[in-house]
Amino acid sequence: MDHKNPNFEIFGIVFNASNILMLFITCLIVFLIAVISTRNLKVKPTGMQNFMEWIMDFVKGIIKNNMDWKTGGRFHVLGITLIMFVFVANMLGLPFNIIYNDYLWWKSPTADPVVTMTLAATVVILTHFYGVKLLGAKGYFKTYLQPMPFLAPLKIIEEFANTLTLGLRLYGNIFAGEILIGLLATLGASSAFGLAGALIPALAWQGFSIFIGAIQAFIFVMLTMVYMAHKVDTDH
Amino acid sequence: MLENTLILLSANADAGFLAKLNDPDGLNLGSIITTVFFFTVLMLLLKRFAWGPLMGIMDQRAQLIANEIEAAEQSRLDSHKLLEEQRALLKEARENAQSIVDNARKQGETQREELITAARNEVNRMKESATLEIATEKEKAVAAVREEFVSLSILAASKVLGKEISEEDNRALIEETIVKAGESR
Repeated sequence: MDHKNPNFEIFGIVFNASNILMLFITCLIVFLIAVISTRNLKVKPTGMQNFMEWIMDFVKGIIKNNMDWKTGGRFHVLGITLIMFVFVANMLGLPFNIIYNDYLWWKSPTADPVVTMTLAATVVILTHFYGVKLLGAKGYFKTYLQPMPFLAPLKIIEEFANTLTLGLRLYGNIFAGEILIGLLATLGASSAFGLAGALIPALAWQGFSIFIGAIQAFIFVMLTMVYMAHKVDTDH
Repeated sequence: MLENTLILLSANADAGFLAKLNDPDGLNLGSIITTVFFFTVLMLLLKRFAWGPLMGIMDQRAQLIANEIEAAEQSRLDSHKLLEEQRALLKEARENAQSIVDNARKQGETQREELITAARNEVNRMKESATLEIATEKEKAVAAVREEFVSLSILAASKVLGKEISEEDNRALIEETIVKAGESR
């Protein structure tokens, strides 16, 4: 599992070419799925439009569980994009990893902690942004004093803990899945005996990884909305 | 904040472990920029090309359904109203028909009465005129018989008497006798 990242440097900033590639592919797939399924919109939905509407209603349900739709409606687009993005990103590393010249090129972008932490931090920063925007600066700072003023330090720690757990949970699940698939693949490639032994576990683990990928995407969006609700809902 | 977090993380956790997970250069700013950039662009593009139109069509459907329900409710009320109207009209028509029939019956009765009365009057009139005629004819017949009788009487008397008397005197005499005889009868 010790593969190098194909890094390059522009203006003193190090970019990871593999991340750029995989994020681009993820975005491309999500965009194509979304655009193809909403290309021929009808009031009476058919085929892929049904699927997309199901996802929309699903995310709407998540948001409605946490806050009322009047405040939550603005996060709908964020939620749908996030769930599709994370799910597709989780799936990308499942069928194979591509390692070229000892550089890891093809993997799940969410198997990189920087990517998941960035997503988590973006979400948490957004919650602060909307907290200030919807409640005003006074209302925003008031949330730190609730329910008890002396809990304020814990509240501040909670913000960092939320970010960390949100990002690292996703990273850990996907990275662990990829490691195990990598191990099984190595075992399968070692000998015919190994192949026979690795085949069934590899299949099972891949199926399980699909499940994990979907669950993690759901959890990520769910927690996003929970954190968002903490910041924008006064009566929570 | 993320930088803080990661610095916190790297301070607390094993540095070698983190170096393995992350880029060897430490904080990989490039990946952060890439992720945020790609995600933002994806979200904006999808909002423009996919979610926006889809939400539009879903709103449109909700609107359509609301309208349809409203229209159905409206038409239900309308049909109810029409039914009531029809029922009232039917009732009115039935009453009209009943009154027309009644009128006709009444009129027929009246007409029958009139006809019968007219016929009875006519009959009476005809009877009276017939009676009158019969009486007139009888008078005429009696006068004729009387005249004949006078003539015969004169003839007979002249024969019996064998005497030539003036017919004028005889006639006056006889007629007087007859009138007397008629009065006495």
